[in-house]
Amino acid sequence: MTTTTLAVLVPVLPFLGAAAGLAVGRTAPGFVRPLAVLPTLAAAVLAVLVAVRQGGNTVIEASTQLTPTGSVPITLGLHIDGFAALVAVLVGVVASCVQIYSTGYLREDPRYASYAALVSLFTAAMLLVVYSGDLMVLLVGWEIMGICSYFLVGHYWETPEARSASLKAFLVTKLGDVPFLFGLFALATDAGTFRIDGILSTVASGGLDHPTLVALLLLAGVAGKSAQFPLHTWLPDAMAGPTPVSALIHAATMVAAGIYFVARLLPVFAASAAAMTVLAVMAAITMVGSALAALAQDDIKRVLAYSTIGQLGYMAGALAVGDRGAAVFHLLSHAAFKALLFLAAGAVIHAAGTNSLTAMSRTGGLAKRIPDAYWTMTVALLALAAIPPFAGFFSKEAVLVAAEHTALGERTGIPAGAGWTVLVAGLLTALLTAAYALRLWLRAFRGRGPQAPDHGRQPIAMTSVLWVLAIPSLGFGLGAAYLDDWFDGEALTPTLTTAVLGTGLAVAGGAVTYAVWRTLAARAVPAVTPPHVAHPDAEAGLVEAEALHLPHPAEDPADPGRALLGPLHGPAADGFRLDALYAKAFVRPVLGAASLVRFLDREVVDTYVRGAAGTAKGLGWLVRRAQTGNVQTYLSALLAGSVVLAIAAVALANAFAGA
Amino acid sequence: MHLAYPAVLAALLFCVGLYGVLARRNAILVLMSVELMLNAVNLNLVAFDVWLRDALHAGQALTLFTIAIAAAEIGIGLAIVLMVYRNRGTSDVDRLRDTAEPAESGATPESTDEKAEAAA
Repeated sequence: MTTTTLAVLVPVLPFLGAAAGLAVGRTAPGFVRPLAVLPTLAAAVLAVLVAVRQGGNTVIEASTQLTPTGSVPITLGLHIDGFAALVAVLVGVVASCVQIYSTGYLREDPRYASYAALVSLFTAAMLLVVYSGDLMVLLVGWEIMGICSYFLVGHYWETPEARSASLKAFLVTKLGDVPFLFGLFALATDAGTFRIDGILSTVASGGLDHPTLVALLLLAGVAGKSAQFPLHTWLPDAMAGPTPVSALIHAATMVAAGIYFVARLLPVFAASAAAMTVLAVMAAITMVGSALAALAQDDIKRVLAYSTIGQLGYMAGALAVGDRGAAVFHLLSHAAFKALLFLAAGAVIHAAGTNSLTAMSRTGGLAKRIPDAYWTMTVALLALAAIPPFAGFFSKEAVLVAAEHTALGERTGIPAGAGWTVLVAGLLTALLTAAYALRLWLRAFRGRGPQAPDHGRQPIAMTSVLWVLAIPSLGFGLGAAYLDDWFDGEALTPTLTTAVLGTGLAVAGGAVTYAVWRTLAARAVPAVTPPHVAHPDAEAGLVEAEALHLPHPAEDPADPGRALLGPLHGPAADGFRLDALYAKAFVRPVLGAASLVRFLDREVVDTYVRGAAGTAKGLGWLVRRAQTGNVQTYLSALLAGSVVLAIAAVALANAFAGA
Repeated sequence: MHLAYPAVLAALLFCVGLYGVLARRNAILVLMSVELMLNAVNLNLVAFDVWLRDALHAGQALTLFTIAIAAAEIGIGLAIVLMVYRNRGTSDVDRLRDTAEPAESGATPESTDEKAEAAA
């Protein structure tokens, strides 16, 4: 088969798997698992094949036009460069891991069939976004991901949290997608085509008329999809979905799409210094804010969610300083360790019977119960904290090096201020990231108290993928030297200054957190029974669904995050009250407008309707009074009427004749 | 003969018929009054036909139609009156008020049915 055929099969296979899974899910439950796992696995293998054949430096372009579509043609096109090939491999691998993990995690879930089909559809949509060479086709995948995330986040729709979280995820990302659509149209109007290579050549020849407007409109969509400030609020709430879905959304699909989109169209954004500055400031606020918020969260998955937002901030920062190689490098390594973190967190929640870190910190021996999750999560957290030689270290250093270059003015066309912003925020976030990573690890696995209940070994489907993902988390960074060829050819290897600075800050953050934890742990812990799920022996997905309901325990004085943040802890735990602000700024006016409309409808419009009905009724009442039942009365009225008419006719005829 | 005589006679006949239709209480007399009115019209038709010397005698022809229709009408009318009398024991037009609007508004169809039965 040609490489093009293989590349077409990559998104098509999971799509067909999803369609088949939805079709036979009820009638033939035995086929659901193979239909979920095999197409995704095959797509991953094919993506690897495509990447091998593509080889990093040859760009594969193929397109076909199904039908003429007016002024700006829309084509079904492939555009596979090094970025696309590698990201597709990542999506395929992570989606396969998630599918395999889900067979164990949601083993007894009654809605597993539709869940697996939607995960496949989600994967297919992301692969479409990755491979597409036409912006309209890309938009199709982009929107399918939006609706899939809505369904998957709302998987436990019996709980109000999941319902509102899925709605929120959908609405907030749509809020970004509307300007995104306008941006696409503006871009296509300027460039005269939706083809990515056509747009890039237009940009290279300086043919873009409104670069700032286009870039800012597109950035709104990217901010929604990739959960950047100020549209990031949906991501922490999306934790109401099952853990594998969180892993998929946070690592491979959805949030990666925004970063990938900017990486692909980076010349368009780089044409506008203002857009790059906006992106840099957005990334900086996102990074620091989310790291602070992560330090204050009690729900283990919310910690990971805020850390995702922060790491996406790093990627956006790398894009803002014009180095898409570093951005996609961090995207790849982050996807590996974040998928691992979420999948391991699912195992931890299952074993602990709660998703609250406070409750876990009062349970002893959790690490011994789930050794696989313990060790792999340790690896992933080290990668998250960017400790050498784990994957996160290399990719984060690549971002910091890119920011340093820009800050020192070595990159033309990008304002140095953007470089400084990203560099300072990135270093500060490195410190905070290490702090919350260590806090998570200490609170989850170094708890003291009654032993965690023993559920026996976890299913092999769940533990094996953890180790599979641990390999790239551990060793992917060493490939930094070879990845240059796949990207723009810029060196991704760390330099001494940033490496020492970044690692030093990370170690310092870890050390301070550890010291605070030791000091606080030495004090007496109040013996409060932490809340746990009612059926800890149930299957993992059910435990998590129950854990969603658990009330989070009141503030724990032994929490190092609380001591470290001080007065900031309250706002940070609340996501800096951004939700409340949005509720004030947007939800309240909308509700007010809705009640105004209701008033207008009920009291004003309906008055006319009721008035019309009342008039007809009154007239009818009058006419009814005349119905005496006496035929002779009717006839008399008839006669009188005829006489009146006759007289009128005669009088009128005379009058006209006289005139 | 002057046209005025048959015309005045027809007008008188019509008025008598009209009075009967509007004022008599017995249904049979009402029907008879209707016949008077019809015949007044017939008289007019014949008289004007003669006065106009119509070659086709359209007035006389129409009169024959009217007589035939009036015969059919009185046949059906008398049959109805007979049935009403057999059912109700009266052919008094004043008492045949089943189609009247009930005094209180919002009367249900059942109550009108009951009323019809009571009247029967």
